[in-house]
Amino acid sequence: MKALLLAAALLLAGALPGFAVEPDEMLDDPVLEQRARALSAEIRCVVCQNESIDSSNAEIARELRLLVRERLAAGDSDRQVFDYLVARYGDFVLLRPPMKPTTYLLWFGPFLMLLFGVVAVFVYFRRQRGGAAMPPALSAEEEERLARMLAEGATEERGPKKA
Amino acid sequence: MFRRLMFLLPALVFVAIAGYFLWGLGPARDPSAVPTAMIDKPVPDFDLAAVPSLGVPGLATADLAGGEVVMVNFFASWCVPCRAEHRYLTAFAEQTGVPLYGINHRDKPEDAAAWLAELGNPYRRIGADPGRAAVEWGVTGVPETFLIDGAGRIRFHHRGPMVPEVIDRDVMPLLRVLKP
Repeated sequence: MKALLLAAALLLAGALPGFAVEPDEMLDDPVLEQRARALSAEIRCVVCQNESIDSSNAEIARELRLLVRERLAAGDSDRQVFDYLVARYGDFVLLRPPMKPTTYLLWFGPFLMLLFGVVAVFVYFRRQRGGAAMPPALSAEEEERLARMLAEGATEERGPKKA
Repeated sequence: MFRRLMFLLPALVFVAIAGYFLWGLGPARDPSAVPTAMIDKPVPDFDLAAVPSLGVPGLATADLAGGEVVMVNFFASWCVPCRAEHRYLTAFAEQTGVPLYGINHRDKPEDAAAWLAELGNPYRRIGADPGRAAVEWGVTGVPETFLIDGAGRIRFHHRGPMVPEVIDRDVMPLLRVLKP
């Protein structure tokens, strides 16, 4: 099973778009290189529309790839590499928007809409089950009048049958 | 009362969405514009050698904190908008007396020299940047231009050519504040 999953993952990986990383850019340390690849996939090539530096052939993307590897080789944490780039290009350089007060609406907006929909559906069905709102109860005077009318009607109804 | 207000709800929703579209599709908004994070930050650490055979010195961080307002312009001989903005930058430097410093981005020294020989050299200093200085400055391509105040802080950052519209609208008012 595990082997099958691995095979499937490898197959799918092969189906992903080609990467722009050139052999001369790669680090000798495979662990660091792997980290660099993972980070690069999260960093926007700032002159491309929605392409990561890992898959872009732009000059600036190459420069940023080299920079990420230099920082990692110098012992930076992933966080430090991101911070370094954000300080220069802003949050725009991150493909995944960071969670902070200005982006709360972006992150939680869909759930807010879902909540709104759930409430709307709930209210709709409650109203349907309750049927039309009940009219106010009759006053004593009206009850008496109703009883009289029913009694009259009953005698009238029975009347012809007897005749 | 509440019920009557409920009938207004669709109209209000429409107005909100229409307002958003108006803003999103308006000609004033450029969705491909890359925002800058450099405003009010100190000039980054960098030290660039001079371009050989130009006869002007190179450029480093220390040159930008001399108590004077200066303009720093990233350019390259292979960059077409740089050619377009060149005469406006030259005129700006001449008229205002603001020192103009250049950073020659990813260029061959002989190409840069030929380009400046043809168009004239308005730069007092030019640093040769193989690529990394641009990243330090948060630059995405050429041309890009910065205005640095006397304390060495970036006060203005523009991506694209410095056409008269940008100079008149953004740079001149700022310059009046920085250099009364």
